[in-house]
Amino acid sequence: MIDAIYALLDPDNLFLRYALIMGCLASVSFGIIGTFVTIKRIGYLAGAISHSVFGGIGLALFLQVNAGLAWFDPILGATLAAVISAVIIGLVSLHAKEREDTIIGTLWAVGMAAGILFIDRTAGYFNLSSYLFGDILLISKKDLVFVGSLDALVLGTSILFFNRFFSVCFDSEFMSLRGINTTFFYLLLLILTSLTVVLLVRIVGIVLVIALLTIPPAIASFFAKRLWQMMFFSILLCSFFTSAGLLLSYTFSLSSGPAIIILSGTTYLMLLMFHKWIKN
Amino acid sequence: MDVKSNHDIILKNVSFAYKQAPILEDVTLLIHNCEFASIVGPNGGGKTTLLKLILGLLKPDKGKISIFGKPPEEARRQIGYMPQYAHLDMDFPATVMDVVLMGRLTGTSLWFSKKDRAEALTAIDEVGMSRYEKTGFNKLSGGQKQRILIARALCSRPDILLLDEPTANVDHETEVNLFSILRTLNDKMTILVVSHDIGFVSKYVKSVICVNKKVVIHPTTLMNGMLIKDIYHGDLKMVRHDHRCSEEGHCHD
Repeated sequence: MIDAIYALLDPDNLFLRYALIMGCLASVSFGIIGTFVTIKRIGYLAGAISHSVFGGIGLALFLQVNAGLAWFDPILGATLAAVISAVIIGLVSLHAKEREDTIIGTLWAVGMAAGILFIDRTAGYFNLSSYLFGDILLISKKDLVFVGSLDALVLGTSILFFNRFFSVCFDSEFMSLRGINTTFFYLLLLILTSLTVVLLVRIVGIVLVIALLTIPPAIASFFAKRLWQMMFFSILLCSFFTSAGLLLSYTFSLSSGPAIIILSGTTYLMLLMFHKWIKN
Repeated sequence: MDVKSNHDIILKNVSFAYKQAPILEDVTLLIHNCEFASIVGPNGGGKTTLLKLILGLLKPDKGKISIFGKPPEEARRQIGYMPQYAHLDMDFPATVMDVVLMGRLTGTSLWFSKKDRAEALTAIDEVGMSRYEKTGFNKLSGGQKQRILIARALCSRPDILLLDEPTANVDHETEVNLFSILRTLNDKMTILVVSHDIGFVSKYVKSVICVNKKVVIHPTTLMNGMLIKDIYHGDLKMVRHDHRCSEEGHCHD
């Protein structure tokens, strides 16, 4: 671990510093959106969105190579796929009551499969595992700007509509009776979730997204009495997990995404047992 | 329809079916100002449907509903609604104040004003829960939660109060408390309470609305065994709650 701290100070290791800054900056969005996802219990929807992101990445790579659209970045493909699937999944969850889980499970799998098929048809080698499990060490300065703008968007919208998101998550039917457009705020929340998911994919990858989105709020809920406290602690916890996981992965030459998830997952499970034990 | 009538709620020949299965048929119902009525009937008989039609959450297939002479969607803001709390997430990180303030949200305001907070405190006081405003909502007992949800409905200062099964899962004493709070509120507003329990009607309730596809309204003094048999299509024993049980308790059949 000490090595990792020295490595941070080494001017040659700019990538490591970028990675740390990226992790802490992104934690702001993760903490806020993760808290909404946890209290609204839509972790499953976030999972479906993250897997359909892979379809967008595949499409972008396919178009870049086969159609010569060099500007069609995988990140752009991911963002488009995330937002579109958020709207579809949101409408499905609102209107298809009986078949909701089947339809969402289908979108989940179809998104993933489409991504693989696009990549099959694209010449060249792609490091699939960096999309699936994340690679925070490939972060560039451009990514930091992207994260910063997303933070501003998520933070601004959440502060502006805090009471609306809060009450729509708590009791949607009651709020629609109060004249609030609950469908709009539910979809807006899902779109913000989808943008956050795109960021998460860079850091922990598609497969591990749900864990980093929901574990910090779950831990925070042990001691937070109010929603803003839960968000605040989630942000702190998320920064801690990404930073510590990153340094661990550097020290022991491990993949960064899984290192972050193992660290946060085991912490959560241990605290959960401790919490139950204290209660009894 | 006469707008100036002293009826708050008017349903005229209303029918509603869910996937071709009729729930309510040709319902005509007049609720006058400052009524205090209990809505009773068997499960699936249409109690909740009736409530949702009045709230405008469902649209009637036939007939017309008017609240204060307006369609339900326009009158919503004048209605305070207390849902069953079973569908709410009990781990939700919110204080009593947070929950009650939700009743002050409107389509235009983004944040709460001093007036909103003052109204919320008054409402919390009205249901006898003052000093609890900073307590976590999930720390409250079932009866306390229901009182807080009534406070949430109250703090928008409604003219009609609709309560969906406020007496489910609470003990008799809590129920008596709840109804004495409602009795006080009834001086200022019309109150409709859905109850799953036909045997019990609080002494404060002025009328009983029996719902089972058809809807009949009776003054409470007319409630008798024949009427219950008529609604439930079977023989039932009346459960009386107005006496104290012996120490050994009592048994239900």
